Amino acid sequence: MAIGSRALATADLRGAGRLARAREWWEQEHVFGYGLILPAFVLLACLVAYPFGMAIYFSLSDYWVGSPGAFVGFANFRDIFGNEVFLQTVRNSFVFTAIALTCKAVLGVWLALLLVRNLRGKRLLRGAVLLPWVIPTALSTLGWQWMFDSLYSVVNWTAIHTGLISAPGPNWLGMSGYAMAAVITVNVWRGLPFFAITVLAGLVSIPREYYEAAEVDGASSFERFWHVTLPLLKPVLAVVLLFSTIFTFNDFNIVYVLTRGGPVNSTHLFATLAYQTGLAGGNLGQGAAISLFMLPMLGLVVFFQLRYIRRE
Amino acid sequence: MITGVRSRGARFRSTVFGYANLLPFIFFALFPFYFMLITSFKSNAELYSLKSVPLWIQNGAIVEHYRYLFGRTEFLTWIKNSLIISVTATSISLVIALLAGYSLARLRFRGVGSFGTAVFITYLVPPTLLFLPLSQVVNWLGISDTIWALIVTYPTFLVPFSTWLLMGYFRTIPREIEECALVDGASRMQTLLRIALPMAIPGIVCVILFGFTLTWNEFIYALTFVSQSTNKTAIVGVTADLIRGDIYYWGSLMAGAVLASVPVVVCYVFFLDYYVSGLTAGAVKG
Repeated sequence: MAIGSRALATADLRGAGRLARAREWWEQEHVFGYGLILPAFVLLACLVAYPFGMAIYFSLSDYWVGSPGAFVGFANFRDIFGNEVFLQTVRNSFVFTAIALTCKAVLGVWLALLLVRNLRGKRLLRGAVLLPWVIPTALSTLGWQWMFDSLYSVVNWTAIHTGLISAPGPNWLGMSGYAMAAVITVNVWRGLPFFAITVLAGLVSIPREYYEAAEVDGASSFERFWHVTLPLLKPVLAVVLLFSTIFTFNDFNIVYVLTRGGPVNSTHLFATLAYQTGLAGGNLGQGAAISLFMLPMLGLVVFFQLRYIRRE
Repeated sequence: MITGVRSRGARFRSTVFGYANLLPFIFFALFPFYFMLITSFKSNAELYSLKSVPLWIQNGAIVEHYRYLFGRTEFLTWIKNSLIISVTATSISLVIALLAGYSLARLRFRGVGSFGTAVFITYLVPPTLLFLPLSQVVNWLGISDTIWALIVTYPTFLVPFSTWLLMGYFRTIPREIEECALVDGASRMQTLLRIALPMAIPGIVCVILFGFTLTWNEFIYALTFVSQSTNKTAIVGVTADLIRGDIYYWGSLMAGAVLASVPVVVCYVFFLDYYVSGLTAGAVKG
């Protein structure tokens, strides 16, 4: 009896000891640190890194939906480069990104300068400006599609009735140049708030004294903007531009809803062409190869971002 | 631009100038929403008449399009799907990101820097790069064409974003308080839950709001991974399933677009300041 209870006690003690040791192990800074990261690591490894590797493998194989294909080397890339639609897409992507980014940057800084003034209803104004960024893009683009309708376009109606253009006006989504203009307009509409609000945050952080000093020196308001505001905004502007480059270059929603890449592929971007080839067409290998062309741009942006962060 | 001594006239002129220049921007930002709203209340006869003025409702508002939406389509199912997906994916991501964000911001161990960089890079990887292989992964997992396909894949863009945001918040909390707690015998987990967590609440609110908004608005995964109508999200349901054949029924389409935006707009109206701070934190602190 006595022996039995003693054995029990030591077993208990050993259990407690093991628990204490486990606790001690867990309380170590590095063990705890790795432990907390683990779920995120597993998730990103399985659902970002692994699919990314798959994308590369797909692009080197003739993989079709439903039939795992064989390794074909760079055949997909050769096919793509011989494809007029792809070359058109490359041109579209650069035109689209360059024009949309320029508009967003210029208008965004201008809008931020207007919003930073101490106007009545400041909060309401900012709320209104940010709204296009919050509403689901696919849905608001649907609204734009209706506004650019071939027959009942409110844009054309207004332009005709104010005498800006003569009837019947352009078929926005049915003519290649106009379709690109429409897609860019919607992208600017939706991306402008991000620019304006972020630049605004940068503006607010510029010390007032700089302006006062510049004013004492007799600088005009343009000179103050050029020599004080702009140089101090440069870091913020750089980050916003880099971010926006990625999201503009890889845009899918707006083009898919508004034009599906048409008319005659004149608004296709990498993402929409990859979707059309890889999923609608079922040629996963070639679709993956197309989507990988977004990578160099992404790499470039990541490089600059990281360099910028390190410098901070 | 900002000065103390200026005449009242100059200040008045500057205010007028400010409002006058803001007007086109406000108009540009809001007109599409106004137009979507009035379209959803117009009768078909008015919508498709070349003689009517499109800028306002002439022949009386009707609710026919909304009635159609509730009575004859899967709209309510789509809303329900979207709610389940957004809430679940956001909650999962929040927990994962809280742990990772705390660890990266606070603890010192080998590889912490490179993992932080990795999170940042995945934050920049756009969904459009991964949707093709992910559609196959979802297939293999046997969850394609269910709402689980989206609950599982949405954390891939939410976790990097939320981790990055929360790291910023944890860094602003003074380290000393936590060190005191540790010295007093609290375990690391207790320190995290009882001390760091309550102080990071603004960050958590931000993550919840952005998580909800981003998942609710997500389009390409929802379009790609789910094809059965009853499993679609509100956004994809409205954009894809309200168009029958090649015919666009603009009245009901706009009614769907307006209603499917409501949850996000409600969040937005109540938490505007969080949206602004999250938006600038994501980019500027980055």
